Amino acid sequence: MALLQISEPGQSAAPHQHKLAVGIDLGTTNSLVATVRSGLSSVLIDDDGHALLPSVVRYLPDGDIDVGYSAQAAQSQDPANTIISAKRFMGRGLKDIDVSLQPYHFVDNNNEMLQIETRAGIKSPIEVSAEILKALKNRAEKSLGGELVGAVITVPAYFDDAQRQATKDAARLAGLNVLRLLNEPTAAAVAYGLDNAAEGTYVIYDLGGGTFDISVLKLSKGVFEVLATNGDSALGGDDFDRRIFCWILEQSKCKPVNAQDTRLLLTKAREAKEWLTDHASAQITSILSTGEVVNVSLSTKQFNELTQTLVAKTLAPTKKALRDASLDIEDIKGVVLVGGATRMPQIRLAVADFFKQSPLTNLDPDKIVALGAAIQANTLAGNKSGADLLLLDVIPLSLGLETMGGLVEKIIPRNATLPIARAQEFTTFKDGQTAMSIHVLQGERELVSDCRSLARFELRGIPPMVAGAARIRVTFTVDADGLLSVSAREIASNVEANIVVKPSYGLSEEQILAMLKSGFSAAEADKQARALAEAKVDAESLLEAIKNALQQDGHLLSLNEIKTIREKIDALQANIHAGAGDANSNAIIRATEALNAATENFAARRMDASVSRALAGKNLENLNL
Amino acid sequence: MPSTNYFELFKLPQTFSLDVAILESNYRKIQSESHPDRFVTASPAEKLASMQTATTANEAYQTLKSPGLRAAYLLSLQGVTAIDEKNNQMPADFLMQQMEWREAIEDAENASDVSTLENLLEEIGIAGKSLQESLKNQFQHNHLSEATDSTRKLIFMDKVRADILKSIEKLD
Repeated sequence: MALLQISEPGQSAAPHQHKLAVGIDLGTTNSLVATVRSGLSSVLIDDDGHALLPSVVRYLPDGDIDVGYSAQAAQSQDPANTIISAKRFMGRGLKDIDVSLQPYHFVDNNNEMLQIETRAGIKSPIEVSAEILKALKNRAEKSLGGELVGAVITVPAYFDDAQRQATKDAARLAGLNVLRLLNEPTAAAVAYGLDNAAEGTYVIYDLGGGTFDISVLKLSKGVFEVLATNGDSALGGDDFDRRIFCWILEQSKCKPVNAQDTRLLLTKAREAKEWLTDHASAQITSILSTGEVVNVSLSTKQFNELTQTLVAKTLAPTKKALRDASLDIEDIKGVVLVGGATRMPQIRLAVADFFKQSPLTNLDPDKIVALGAAIQANTLAGNKSGADLLLLDVIPLSLGLETMGGLVEKIIPRNATLPIARAQEFTTFKDGQTAMSIHVLQGERELVSDCRSLARFELRGIPPMVAGAARIRVTFTVDADGLLSVSAREIASNVEANIVVKPSYGLSEEQILAMLKSGFSAAEADKQARALAEAKVDAESLLEAIKNALQQDGHLLSLNEIKTIREKIDALQANIHAGAGDANSNAIIRATEALNAATENFAARRMDASVSRALAGKNLENLNL
Repeated sequence: MPSTNYFELFKLPQTFSLDVAILESNYRKIQSESHPDRFVTASPAEKLASMQTATTANEAYQTLKSPGLRAAYLLSLQGVTAIDEKNNQMPADFLMQQMEWREAIEDAENASDVSTLENLLEEIGIAGKSLQESLKNQFQHNHLSEATDSTRKLIFMDKVRADILKSIEKLD
């Protein structure tokens, strides 16, 4: 069946063909994928016309994985196997998160990244996020009709190294080539800035489902220079839902509720929050699994009071960012609102009040990040774009090393423009010392215990010398993705020291390879199952056709010929009905081919006979040739 | 890699007073050409070269943009180490001034008095501006030992400013 020859993806591409690249906003609550087509950035929709993909992954009883709306709809029936807001767990240990209200069976991993026990086995947040990315990748490849060259994936600007690395690992598991990790507010600035030909100093206020970022950028002739960024990687719209949830329980004097009811009421809380954007009060009604009835009314005023501390929590990082950029409120030309949570009127009021100007809301706060990421992806992939776009971003949190007494010495300060490299020299403490351990931390605080541990390095192979004679230069490099790498060299002897990296959070290279491999073998098993099913279908339709043909035109064959065909039919049937373990698509295909070959003459004779039959009794004029 | 002269990199005269607008525009020009974003699909060798150039440009830009660091860099080009852990001699009156500032910061922090801290920040800012004026002259006339004194003072003042900002942040 070599009639349709379809070339390998990518190989047939003409030299200057448009390369397929997308921008992906991997959000806490919703995710999106966008691309640039005919010079315009647009969000890609699914078959049902949805632009948003709820960031919800459900592991189904039959082994399938459901992502998006259908998974979201099932969340209160099956909370333990339906993972929402996995982004909050990326690069985090169990001690970093508030496990109350979480219906999952967490697996404590001794200070490593937490995991969740599901019916499909133990899953890390990276694997959950990879499912969301796969769904978006499929949507994009279907919609664009080809394989993607790569993707720009956005992350909160305030994500630390572990969270960024986890995001990149998730993309790798999803089979995506990451062109760049891009900070969400920077992506939003690109979309806004290009759309409005904006020049000057702008603030991006980005309150998403689970993260808050504030970035101050200078926009000038296609250059987007981040002056300062700040935020809270554990503050978002989800927290407003929780405030309402607690209020509901308090008002209706409910007992502590089970996981299903928690999800149910959190969903009701979210709906009430959204309703209050355009209405003065929201009625919240629900019947719990215990039969208790919840029926309360929440006014805008009450909602504002419940959440005013959350709103205030966004203003402290805002002040810090302005101070780091050495700017006053009067210097800010505009404030762009990003993230669904900025639809809340109390947020808009607080921002307007703080900056003494109305925020800019002319781009959809849900889509602006994905649109900006798509523009950057298009540029990075090498497609010619009208604007000569350049993004100069910064590292959000300082990088430092543990020194004597549990203190942190800063090596790279926050808000330094990327890429950046800094070297630090160390020496040995004892005579003949050949190894030393170095602890890398990220954060602004002075004590090791208050900062995030990124990695511990062991430098080995230092030539033995007297104490203090060795000079080991350790270089820290942070690339344009905001990711750290370390190299070390003993200067006197020019010996490159071995570095053993043990990421404090996140996955080791071996773990990733193991996941890729298991993903691959699962895919391989799926492929084999599909091939077997297809081979059986083909074989059965051939058998059916031949049986019919024998019944109709058996007289065209000799007894011997019939016998041969019968043998081939039996062989094929034996192969089809082989036990589950022995079933082999190749054997079926071979038997099918053998039967096909044995019936070739028969088919030819039948063709002749049918032509003669059709022609019988007709003259040439009546023939439609 | 031979060490790059930061002034040459940005096509600027090797002086203390510099045109910040030219510095900015030339920095952006270099980044437009060398930033890793321009080499996402390039070979590993090109990627590495881009990373090195972009990193150097960032370092050079930050150094020249800050008056204290710029002065120290100018001195280093003349073989003078302004900031040396073994030799940080300061005139007695400046040491007194520094101690006064530090005490004022501590008092204001204990009293949670942000406005005093902000006033201090401004006061030091003004003192820094006048030091920069002196530095222009000192470098112009090649008075290196005076320039070294001024540079040390300026860098110490930057540290005090950073401490004040940290205190304000704590109180926020």
